Amino acid sequence: MVTVDQVKEQMAKQEYKFGFTADVEMDVFPTGINEDVVRAISRWKEEPEWLLEWRLKSYAYWKSMKEPKWANITYGPIDYQAISYFAAPKNKGTGPTEMDPEIKKLYDRLGIPLVEQERLAGVAVDAVLDSVSVATTFKDKLASMGIIFSSFSEAVKEHPDLVRKWLGFVVPQNDNFFAALNSAVFSDGSFAYIPPGVRCPMELSTYFRINAANTGQFERTLIIADKGSYVSYLEGCTAPMRDENQLHAAVVELIALDDAELKYSTIQNWYPGDKNGKGGIYNFVTKRGRAVGKNSKLSWTQVETGSAITWKYPSCWLEGDNAQGEFYSVAVCNNHQQADTGTKMIHIGKNTRSTIVSKGISAGFGQNTYRGQVKVMRGATDARNYSQCDSLLVGDKCGAHTFPYIEVNEPTATLEHEASTSKIGEDQMFYCQQRGITPEDATNMIVNGFCKKVFNNLPMEFAVEAQKLIVVSLNLEGTVG
Amino acid sequence: MQPMLEIRNLHASVADKPILKGVILTVNAGEVHAIMGPNGSGKSTLANVLAGRPNYVVTGGEVLYQGKNLLPMKPEDRAREGVFLAFQYPVEIPGVNNAYFLKSALNAIRRYHGEPELDAIEFLQLVEEKLKALGLDESFTKRGLNEGFSGGEKKRNEIFQLLTIQPRLAILDETDSGLDIDALRIVSQGVNSLRAPDRAILLVTHYQRILNYIKPDFVHVLVDGRIADSGGEELAHELERDGYARFEATAKVA
Repeated sequence: MVTVDQVKEQMAKQEYKFGFTADVEMDVFPTGINEDVVRAISRWKEEPEWLLEWRLKSYAYWKSMKEPKWANITYGPIDYQAISYFAAPKNKGTGPTEMDPEIKKLYDRLGIPLVEQERLAGVAVDAVLDSVSVATTFKDKLASMGIIFSSFSEAVKEHPDLVRKWLGFVVPQNDNFFAALNSAVFSDGSFAYIPPGVRCPMELSTYFRINAANTGQFERTLIIADKGSYVSYLEGCTAPMRDENQLHAAVVELIALDDAELKYSTIQNWYPGDKNGKGGIYNFVTKRGRAVGKNSKLSWTQVETGSAITWKYPSCWLEGDNAQGEFYSVAVCNNHQQADTGTKMIHIGKNTRSTIVSKGISAGFGQNTYRGQVKVMRGATDARNYSQCDSLLVGDKCGAHTFPYIEVNEPTATLEHEASTSKIGEDQMFYCQQRGITPEDATNMIVNGFCKKVFNNLPMEFAVEAQKLIVVSLNLEGTVG
Repeated sequence: MQPMLEIRNLHASVADKPILKGVILTVNAGEVHAIMGPNGSGKSTLANVLAGRPNYVVTGGEVLYQGKNLLPMKPEDRAREGVFLAFQYPVEIPGVNNAYFLKSALNAIRRYHGEPELDAIEFLQLVEEKLKALGLDESFTKRGLNEGFSGGEKKRNEIFQLLTIQPRLAILDETDSGLDIDALRIVSQGVNSLRAPDRAILLVTHYQRILNYIKPDFVHVLVDGRIADSGGEELAHELERDGYARFEATAKVA
């Protein structure tokens, strides 16, 4: 008889289907970091002087800072001198048609065809391989509406004033240790600007892939939704299976001006390490948005299934009156994965509203921590927050932890917090089995039901993808479609 | 003719405590059997052991279902072979759509028998009349599985599943508890519509009330893990009038 225990045991084994490497010829910098490396990156990218100065200042900040240790995660020391800070494919070509066939093959295997006619309709893709953006699709069509969507490097060249105006506006160079490191050595990333009153007609999407060994990835994304505009943006990430840990320290900055709405979704599936906890990506990411305009709205949705360690807190600074912030998250920790993730909602403007829905799933030896802060500043009259943090445990060797911090300086504020921790119960399992459903399919069903509120917030085709990913991460592939 | 269900001297324990102490019972196709008994006599344990609930440990005896040895079978295989348990306390599974769950169950059973799976439209056609018969709105199918359902709604959902799955052997574990008189009538009508020459129903209940609506062919009294008496419908009336005192006294003496 298949018992619940056997299913749990099965779930402790894991499959990672994106774990292949590609034979792309790369220019890789020697390992180590110093001022010369920062200069070399800037020179390789033919950057203007102001940006080099900005990087050098960030590097100086970083040198003076210490790696934060407050998160509920444990890992060995990271040797920052053993990492290469820049890797670029030698033959990048200038567009999808001239791309190195190996790069094209890699993205095809990942299911991201870059040639426009082959692509899923309605999604524009910017693909970042290791440090460099290799292709951006649908650029011309978007440009006709005044929408700028390009790699970060290209934006620096073609729209230097915009980049200079907003870079670091949300995440200052010295915000935290990892953000400072990113600011010094960031390689590439995506840039999007939606002009006033324009509703972006398709999902904008960036696909990140770490391929080279011993390489860190430090991409930077900057999205500006000008007055009355709307954009929905999705990022996806994978990496090959490697025994050593790889560092990923990204920065994402979102800006929403008056009446603008910006929706940012992440499906993070970096290599999580093997079932014994060897290898995997260290994912230390700073994501923040400023809803500076009145009636503006920022929405974060994340599905975090990968990485050995996840440290990220996509946050909203609700500055404009009536601004809204949302955070919808599913985080899965299986085997020896650790996640310390959550959000910050800072209420500054009057009548600002925020919603937090966090769903943590722990299996194997996984440790899942929700860490969140809701802060209502003086003067943020009638601010409202609703928080819901639920944890689901699969097995008895994993853990779920919740650290909600609440700080209210405004008597008219209304805050609600709900939390629950549940186990997939014998009762639920038996109920499903009694109806003819196998324990594997039952677990799959229960987990997806648990995540539904978050998946509902993803663009349709990605919701389907996210569902599949959860099944794969928990190794639950069964027959229920 | 081979019986639908043959329970031979069944012993079972829960948490090392013996509950069933030699149950003997034969149920033929086409029959409705009522199992009555005082609280703690082992009625629900019997229902759960037949369905294969974990932690209900069989310590002796055997059960033949349609001539097959039932006890070594996995719970899902028992279900696929046609054993259905309407739960006394149906669980909630938040976020799992009620109709999606039932369609998955039905298709798992159909696959097992090599029958083609139903698509969403065929499934909706199938359940439409069942819903109507139970006085349920279509919105009922769109809610999470038993999520936030009242006690009565949960019981009706069990019967809705029963009518859709159409099992060979239906075991109803105190389906009448928590139902008001109107709901009881509707649920009973549903169960009665299922009576057929190739199907058997085992009705576990504490009260005679439901037997006014579902007429049993046989009534058994379970006391202290054994069947203490068997008879026809009149036995249920006697129990309703006199209670279980006579059997409990006997059980203690024994």
